[in-house]
Amino acid sequence: MTAKVVTVTSGKGGVGKTTSVANIAVGLASLGQRVVCIDGDIGLRNLDVVLGLENRIVYDLVDVVEGRCRLRQAMIRDKRLPELYLIPAAQTRDKSAVSPSDMIRLCDELRHECDWILIDSPAGIERGFRNSIAAADQVLVMTNPEVSAVRDADRVIGILDAEEKGPALLVINRIKPAMVKRGDMLSVEDVLDLLAIELIGIVPEDENVIVASNRGTPMAFDNKSKAGQAFHNIASRLMGEVVPFMDVENQGFFQRIFSGRK
Amino acid sequence: MLKESSNIQIKGIREGLMVSFGDESWDALTSALINQIKERPAFYQSARIVLDAGSHILGVNELVALRDALSEHGITLWAVLSNSSTTEHTAQNLGLATRISKPKAIDVADPVDGISEEKALWIQHTLRSGTRIEFLGNVVVFGDVNPGAEIMAGGSVLVWGRLRGLVHAGANGDEEAVVGALEFSPMQLRIAGKIAISPKKNSKGKLEIAKLKDGNLIAEPWKSG
Repeated sequence: MTAKVVTVTSGKGGVGKTTSVANIAVGLASLGQRVVCIDGDIGLRNLDVVLGLENRIVYDLVDVVEGRCRLRQAMIRDKRLPELYLIPAAQTRDKSAVSPSDMIRLCDELRHECDWILIDSPAGIERGFRNSIAAADQVLVMTNPEVSAVRDADRVIGILDAEEKGPALLVINRIKPAMVKRGDMLSVEDVLDLLAIELIGIVPEDENVIVASNRGTPMAFDNKSKAGQAFHNIASRLMGEVVPFMDVENQGFFQRIFSGRK
Repeated sequence: MLKESSNIQIKGIREGLMVSFGDESWDALTSALINQIKERPAFYQSARIVLDAGSHILGVNELVALRDALSEHGITLWAVLSNSSTTEHTAQNLGLATRISKPKAIDVADPVDGISEEKALWIQHTLRSGTRIEFLGNVVVFGDVNPGAEIMAGGSVLVWGRLRGLVHAGANGDEEAVVGALEFSPMQLRIAGKIAISPKKNSKGKLEIAKLKDGNLIAEPWKSG
């Protein structure tokens, strides 16, 4: 097995990186893939909570890097799926506990053991971000349809280009169709117009995402929700399938019949 | 001068430490530098380094590797000075400064008709947020200038694309400088000492040229001839 390392990053905080990593991981794992998630947000770990694995942490990423445990010992298996693992971040340390070369070494060791390594990058463009992208084969840039989030995404895409980690793929999270229709929110087209990179996912706003995160049961376990479906679609696209984009902006019955859009 | 070896010179300057590389191979120089840092960690602790790369031609991989290696020792690489335009370009792309506070002495040519005949900086890609371009002459961008990107030009600036960031033309006081774009909707516009804020929010920009007229900054649709 040779895993592909995918990093999810955004520049701005709070756009949904951690939730997306959890959900895309669940999506990939439910396609029978062997997935390891790494929480890159050392000092502010969240991915364990969103995945509902907080109480099972014994060793973490920093323990592996500093040689206090073997890689295998830090991998927490999610029992709900056959092949989903988490390597949690340390909560009591900070970003400087790990270096970009540590991450490359760790991912190289992991590559033989799984199909996908998903790295949850912290917000910002400093050390934690650099650690998270160091080993990436593919970067997903996450944004919300808000001017400030798009601005930060643009900056991150610029940095990824400069470091030859591009071309990144775009995920637009938390689209509210009603607001877009009123002209109060940037549309998918507006965001793509500015960022000019390829799209890999559009996720509609869904209150249940918050409920699911709080419970530690990612949305993607429930196939019926639109947001959960959107994350499954991203997972399928990562696998190379061609999945049409959900038409989140025209959900009304009449629009669906009369508009000629996909 | 604090320490001198044949190929690496290190001296303290106001902005931090200036490290000058000689002509030896890049790998040898960087490993020598890292060794010095390991030997004297106290001296280098949380230092801010300006690298004078001389005539070394550096790509992204070399600079990223050096920057990351330095940051593992708690050292920030914040500027790269170079004689090579390739290296300067790489450094700019990585968001590193390519000049330190005192700019080299400049003699600004007397541009007669706004866009003078001197060489222009030709940028063949979109400038994304956080990119800053500084150039003494004219700048031509073949792509967009996104919000959050900045161009500081001694001469005029032409954008063959959408201008939505910040542009300062005639930054050294040249009042004849102009700014033009296919879609003209800059966040803020400066020509010489004048600053204007775009009045039209959210409207699609048109092909326009801005210049100083009787001391006022005006933008008007472009007419040929």
